[in-house]
Amino acid sequence: MTTYVLIESRDPFESRDTTFIEQTAVAIKERGHAVTVFLVQNGVFAARKNIGRLSRLAEAGVTVIADDLSLRERGIQPEELAAGIREAGIGSLVDALANPNTKAVWH
Amino acid sequence: MKERTLTLALMDPPYESANSTTALRIISAALEQGINVNVFAYEGAVCLPLKDQAPHANPVKGTTVEEEDHPTTKAFVSSLLAIGKDKPRLTWVNCGLCVDERGAANVVEGVRRGSPADFFKMASESTNTLVIPTR
Repeated sequence: MTTYVLIESRDPFESRDTTFIEQTAVAIKERGHAVTVFLVQNGVFAARKNIGRLSRLAEAGVTVIADDLSLRERGIQPEELAAGIREAGIGSLVDALANPNTKAVWH
Repeated sequence: MKERTLTLALMDPPYESANSTTALRIISAALEQGINVNVFAYEGAVCLPLKDQAPHANPVKGTTVEEEDHPTTKAFVSSLLAIGKDKPRLTWVNCGLCVDERGAANVVEGVRRGSPADFFKMASESTNTLVIPTR
């Protein structure tokens, strides 16, 4: 089994590709692979519960992490995060990248 | 535990994109975890360690150079190279053609000149490779 790490750095209102990331992550998961979506920079805007983006990810069993510094820079509080999205430092991305048999894609 | 190595390909020039900050944070976190890091700087990213960068005062706010304490990417790269001088090791290679195009050969100590062949070798020998492209 391959593990996939999809890194989303773009604002969901700037690019419709955030939807593409969601669809891709779910499709990979449905094929039996572990998937982590790491939201960073403006990508963390999609993590807010009142936005309603990325809602299928948690239901599909995809791990979703929002970068702590990116959240703080944008004034997003932990209680504003959608269900199934957890806050973590950049070290958690490094942990994921440093695992063997892991494919990483930056968007 | 088996030695782990991450390779990063960077392309953004300094002071243009949050990608540079995130890349430097990833390098720092990896070294902190004892993971070796290779960086292949391509296109504008070869200017990240440019020695000619200078901190500046802010005439709008009326602050001096010292008060402004303007962070330069060359200082960040130097610090990371100092942290990664042995184990874990940080290897930073600037693409030579990109350097020549930009006249960006005057870089901080520890950065070496190379080619995409270095990136191929780094990626082949690493635990994982992350490409951070420009938009």
